[in-house]
Amino acid sequence: MDHKGEIEEKALLHDMASILTSFEKERSNLIPILQMIQEKYHYLSARALQIVAKHLEVSSCEVYGVATFYNQFRFYPPGKHQIRVCLGTACHVRRGDIILENFERKLEIKAGETTTNREFSIDRVACVGCCALAPVTTIDDTVHGHMAPSKVEGLILGFEIEKERRKRENQQGESKQ
Amino acid sequence: MNQNSRGKLNQVFASIKTEAERRFQEMKGHNTQNIFIGMATCGLASGAMEVKAAFEQALLERKLNAHIIPVGCLGHCYAEPLVIVDKPGFPPILYHDVTPGKARLLVKAFLEEGDPVFEHVLGALEESDTIPSVLEFPRFNQEKKVVMANSGLIDPEDIYQYIQKGGYSALVKALTLEPEKIIKEIQESGLRGRGGAGFLTGIKWQLVRNAKEKDRIIICNADEGDPGAYMDRALLESNPHLLIEGIAIAAYAVGAETAIIYVRAEYPLAGKRMKNAIGQSRQIGLLGKGILGTDFDLDVAVFQGSGAFVCGEETALIESIQGKRGMPQPRPPYPSQRGLWGKPTVVNNVKSMASVPPIVGNGAQWYRGIGTEKSSGTAIFSVVGNIIHAGLVEIPMGVTLRTLIFEICGGIPNQKKFKAVQIGGPSGGCLPESSLDIPIDFDSLTEAGAMMGSGGMVVMDEDACMVDVARYFLDFTQKESCGKCTFCRIGTKHLLDILERIARGEGRNGDIELLENLSLDINGGSLCGLGKTAPNPVLTTVKYFRDEYEAHVREKRCPAMMCRALTAYYIDLDTCSRGCDACVGSCPTESIFTTKNRKKAIDQSSCVKCGECMSACPPEYDAVRKVSPPELAPKIERPEDG
Repeated sequence: MDHKGEIEEKALLHDMASILTSFEKERSNLIPILQMIQEKYHYLSARALQIVAKHLEVSSCEVYGVATFYNQFRFYPPGKHQIRVCLGTACHVRRGDIILENFERKLEIKAGETTTNREFSIDRVACVGCCALAPVTTIDDTVHGHMAPSKVEGLILGFEIEKERRKRENQQGESKQ
Repeated sequence: MNQNSRGKLNQVFASIKTEAERRFQEMKGHNTQNIFIGMATCGLASGAMEVKAAFEQALLERKLNAHIIPVGCLGHCYAEPLVIVDKPGFPPILYHDVTPGKARLLVKAFLEEGDPVFEHVLGALEESDTIPSVLEFPRFNQEKKVVMANSGLIDPEDIYQYIQKGGYSALVKALTLEPEKIIKEIQESGLRGRGGAGFLTGIKWQLVRNAKEKDRIIICNADEGDPGAYMDRALLESNPHLLIEGIAIAAYAVGAETAIIYVRAEYPLAGKRMKNAIGQSRQIGLLGKGILGTDFDLDVAVFQGSGAFVCGEETALIESIQGKRGMPQPRPPYPSQRGLWGKPTVVNNVKSMASVPPIVGNGAQWYRGIGTEKSSGTAIFSVVGNIIHAGLVEIPMGVTLRTLIFEICGGIPNQKKFKAVQIGGPSGGCLPESSLDIPIDFDSLTEAGAMMGSGGMVVMDEDACMVDVARYFLDFTQKESCGKCTFCRIGTKHLLDILERIARGEGRNGDIELLENLSLDINGGSLCGLGKTAPNPVLTTVKYFRDEYEAHVREKRCPAMMCRALTAYYIDLDTCSRGCDACVGSCPTESIFTTKNRKKAIDQSSCVKCGECMSACPPEYDAVRKVSPPELAPKIERPEDG
């Protein structure tokens, strides 16, 4: 393990310990613990699952079994911007699948994956409960209703422009110093 | 309960009510103006946050005084963001599709100058001479709001607003009665479980009441997983105290001291509001130890689910709370005998629980007076899809599907024809035009092959392909099958494979019969409701739309032109204009090229059939055509340099 990895490992152990102290060693706390870890790290790493298993005194395959059963848990870090394309019934009838396909083509990844630069990840979700606005996509915390393939391009472009702008500002800030 | 403690109970509650009334007068009195903004998830998605900011800003700029009260969902999702402006001298007025611009206009024109801006008014919420009432619309006057009566009218984060509207008085009444008397009342009301199957709620309670074990548990099932159904979420976000009151009455009736609300993972706001409401109730002594001075104790907790559709099934839900994989268990033992942590457990749906306070408050006979003989009360549907007035509708049982779709919800938009309505989510079925006159109740819907389910209703116009709809639902249930029973795990996979090959135009003779046989086997060989009902979408679409399946299998044609492998787009060279290239820019795959005579054509080899060119083509040319089977599209070679 390199030096950076060691530091990360230490930080993880420390953080996990503080999360776990607020839970009693009861099996029924397993799902709330996993939810708490995911809320903090946005995914469940293999190491984190091992620590939970040790804390609850159950085997790690038991923990892994529960975690993989539920759709909410992810095992890889998500992108900086999380794109969730709704494929509920109302969105399907209004061609949500075409919206998903456009995101996949534009970002060159499939649903459930993260782009190599960790900027975007795409997920398909079953229904966000805004059926009157179908087809719907949520990006981070914003709901985008009445989606169209041309809007996909615009949204991604918007994020890219924003990123460029920030990069420029940072460079300017650095050169001033 | 003796005379003495009954007197104390009423006294304690009277002081809470006085406080609620005092706060109400403070808000309402002294000529104050109130602005109610619908801020449930659907309102927020349509921009209610920006609207609220615009109101605040405009009020500040004009130095006007008005309370802004965030409220829940009225159910009229098609008109969100909705705002109610209550100005002294006027009835409360409902405004639809409010934008930040409209918000600023309302502050200036209405609040400052007294002009209610008629063109943006949906209607007045009370009868008046000046402004037409919303009750003139079928969407309002044919509804019967029992469970949703206060949704969208009160602040869900303020317990006193609920109490001022009469909230928690049913609980107070219940606490003065013998528990058996309450169970009898619920039985007499004929309330049936709103989660789908329609089991009598009162009988469930009686079973738990009769259990030998004294430690009993109440679970409220808010794991609303059907894609297309969101009434539970709306209720949790709009009126959480109604649910708490129902749970408290249920707990008192069966003798439970612990209650858990299982909220779906995808509903973070609902979970947050519920927790907040529980905290408030506890603070003023409506939950916790010795509720309202009686010896009744109750603790309510929220358990956030983790995203598994099968956890809507009661035994799977219980497994999930215990920290296990949410897999259904064989019944018996039923949860009422051995449920959570092995204790007798009542599992009730949100809508069943929320129906309890009105029943206890108004009496069983009142509730029986609503709806039909065998299905009393109201049903809440989320009517979505190709429908004009989409949203949540609460109607008395027994209204026909035709009335609901065409009168109350305004029918199909864009002059299209009605084709089918899908009821009950992945467990339900698709009903055609000829079934529209059946009344909506538990038994009639089941007889027609659909089911009440959780109340999701998706209306489809002539552009929907029934094979594709069946494929969609099977794709869903196949992914959500927990894997316990072989017929469900492997059977749904095979059903999906067959449907996919039919949709690709590779259907074989005998495939339709194979679908039917396999469906019956899956139904017979599965343990829980998910597997038993998973083939319903296939069975009903085959039953009512067999010719459509046959067109796919025999002619390799999709009559609705929905299945992408069986359709193609082409550009009609007679109407295409040389000077226009609107379609070229719209194409996400650069499949549109210029032909030798400078008109446009589509390269079929790279076209993904998204339909963008069709919407981009200006109406005066209207040159993009869609055909099925794809061979009907004329072949035009792309020139080497194009």
